[in-house]
Amino acid sequence: MFNATKAASRPFRRSFATVHDPPVRRYGGLKDQDRIFTNAYCRHDHGLKGALSRGDWHRTKDILLKGDSWIIQTIKDSGLRGRGGAGFPSGLKWSFMNKPGWEKDPRPRYLVVNADEGEPGTCKDREILRGDPHKLVEGCLVAGRAMNANAAYIYIRGEFFQEATHLQQAIDQAYKAGLIGKNACGSGYDFDVYVHRGAGAYICGEETALIESIEGKQGKPRLKPPFPADVGLFGCPTTVANVETVAVAPTICRRGSSWFAGFGRDRNQGTKLFCISGHVNNPCVVEEEMSIPLKDLIEKHCGGVRGGWDNLLGIIPGGSSVPVIPKDVCAEVLMDYDSLKDAQTGLGTGAVIVMDKSTDIVAAIARFAHFYKHESCGQCTPCREGTTWMMKMMDRIVEGRGHLREIDMLLELTKQIEGRTICALGDAAAWPIQGLMRHFRPEVEARINKFRVENGPVLFGGRLLSQVDPTHALPDNLGANLKEINVPH
Amino acid sequence: MLTSTYRGISRQLAGATTRLSVVRSFSKSSVRSSDAIFVHRDTPYNNPRTAFEFTPENLTRANEIISHYPPQYKKAAVIPLLDLAQRQNKGWTSISVMNYVANLLSMPPMRVYEVATFYTMFNREPIGEHFVQVCTTTPCMLRGSTDILNTICDTLGGINPGQTTKDGKFTVIEVECQGACSNAPMMVVGDDFYEDLTSETTKKILGAFSKGQKPNPGPQSGRHTSENSAGLTALTSKPCGPGEFCTPEFS
Repeated sequence: MFNATKAASRPFRRSFATVHDPPVRRYGGLKDQDRIFTNAYCRHDHGLKGALSRGDWHRTKDILLKGDSWIIQTIKDSGLRGRGGAGFPSGLKWSFMNKPGWEKDPRPRYLVVNADEGEPGTCKDREILRGDPHKLVEGCLVAGRAMNANAAYIYIRGEFFQEATHLQQAIDQAYKAGLIGKNACGSGYDFDVYVHRGAGAYICGEETALIESIEGKQGKPRLKPPFPADVGLFGCPTTVANVETVAVAPTICRRGSSWFAGFGRDRNQGTKLFCISGHVNNPCVVEEEMSIPLKDLIEKHCGGVRGGWDNLLGIIPGGSSVPVIPKDVCAEVLMDYDSLKDAQTGLGTGAVIVMDKSTDIVAAIARFAHFYKHESCGQCTPCREGTTWMMKMMDRIVEGRGHLREIDMLLELTKQIEGRTICALGDAAAWPIQGLMRHFRPEVEARINKFRVENGPVLFGGRLLSQVDPTHALPDNLGANLKEINVPH
Repeated sequence: MLTSTYRGISRQLAGATTRLSVVRSFSKSSVRSSDAIFVHRDTPYNNPRTAFEFTPENLTRANEIISHYPPQYKKAAVIPLLDLAQRQNKGWTSISVMNYVANLLSMPPMRVYEVATFYTMFNREPIGEHFVQVCTTTPCMLRGSTDILNTICDTLGGINPGQTTKDGKFTVIEVECQGACSNAPMMVVGDDFYEDLTSETTKKILGAFSKGQKPNPGPQSGRHTSENSAGLTALTSKPCGPGEFCTPEFS
């Protein structure tokens, strides 16, 4: 009653139920002044002189003198998440090195930079290593200071010879100029940076495998815990971070965490190097704002999909390890961790592999199965055997030489591998196939049915019934007499 | 009677055996060898008695590499040293190379063999003068690496991936992703990346190598690195200088 009189006495007002929609913010359209990797295309000098003119090593001493907790807090505030694929908040990860009482630990402490860029589709770190190596070296120093490390090892893949040369030149120049080494930048802090070249093993991109590899062993991942922050390289506290994560740190410190956090959606802030390959008119590597719509990224920087957007079949948005998404999903997703996770895929390394309608999508995914079979380290049985098994099944499915029920068998197999191995390579091998079956199952089924119509029944394992010697008794468990459902007769 | 019946049965059996042996072929699974076998077999060109030793320059370099690692973890240098030794040994890692590195790093030879067999960049068989590695992983495959591989194999006289030409000039292998996906398709000759290939440019590159020249590495399509080939869409302006756009503290 009281309320009613009050309402009557005042003019009509909207209740809380109808909230104004927040203004829609479009992401993307990063300006050049906000790009961190200003020499990504190697159009300028990659040496120290060029780097200094582009603002690298500018007052690095002051950053170092701010101390470890200031750097970590800045990185935390900037919302930087690991750029290597998993997307773990970097500030938090670096802070694990500074546990209470770390000063009493006499062991040396290491920062290991993961430049073992091997994920199919990914070629972003390469541009940093050859164009902006000083950003990485400076990043090692700043990140190393944040975690109170004594030295950094940059593990660069063996195939990157030119990149390793540029990086080594940058390190030599930095030593000579007193920027790293004893009393780095005159800050009183000693820090060494070493390059360690790998020798061609994708699995060494996994952090513990990488540590094993630097120690001069086969790159076979270790069981965690103990985590590298407790027992890592040479048994000492270690943090492994991606090249891009480390290389953006000095710029974030200089420009402020709020500048970096101003890009992209909440919890997905920052800028990111995207590498677009496959069926686009002009494949390229480009630094863009996080949360840029996938379609904008392709249309703006790559001249669109070959044959127009309607010619698109599907996109793998984050390198070979993430599931493919079909065209209608591609039109909506934003390139960030959360949006792609909601679309049942992932940002991974930001490697966009575009496939147009001319693609044999099954063959494309089968090629990934070959890749993972080749790169499995052989340590865990589900992965070692499973990748081979998946590869064989995928090879048959490319042709259509199989049973419809084998699709589900294959999916079950992927589920048996996923999460049952020490490292994520098993998961990475399973996801592309799951993505294929999730979105392109009709295509696979049609292929199997077509093969069956053309060639007659197929036995388990791919042999045709017509190839079997009729004088032999055929065991009933070879699938010759199975009735397939939905087969056109 | 009994004997004759027995004989009859045995004849029947014998007949059956003959028939079977005609019809039924001996079944065996196909040989699926990996990229390379993991065992070492002594051959005239690859045995523990062939001599290998670092040149003085390489020995200095090796000692410099060893100094990067803590003294009690000398074996961390095994991959860089094997790489160095492989370069000195005409691009392949023989058993004596491995033994030498093991001796140098005072580690059991078996640990070196383990490493050399695990990593794909160590060739345990001799290779040709030019080592051509063609990436055929999906991003390159989408851009036509299968054609490139076929072109290479045909141009080099119909060899198969994994083989060396008769004159010993080229070895071709198929490799997994080399990390130049925006510049697909690509191949690696020696240490250099040749990117944005077409069949024509591939032939031209191989032709130049067989004449003893060294073509310019990098994209063959005329673009500089991995920028948009139709004109820059980013980094068009002059890079900002020291302190620009920084917080007042760091400007």
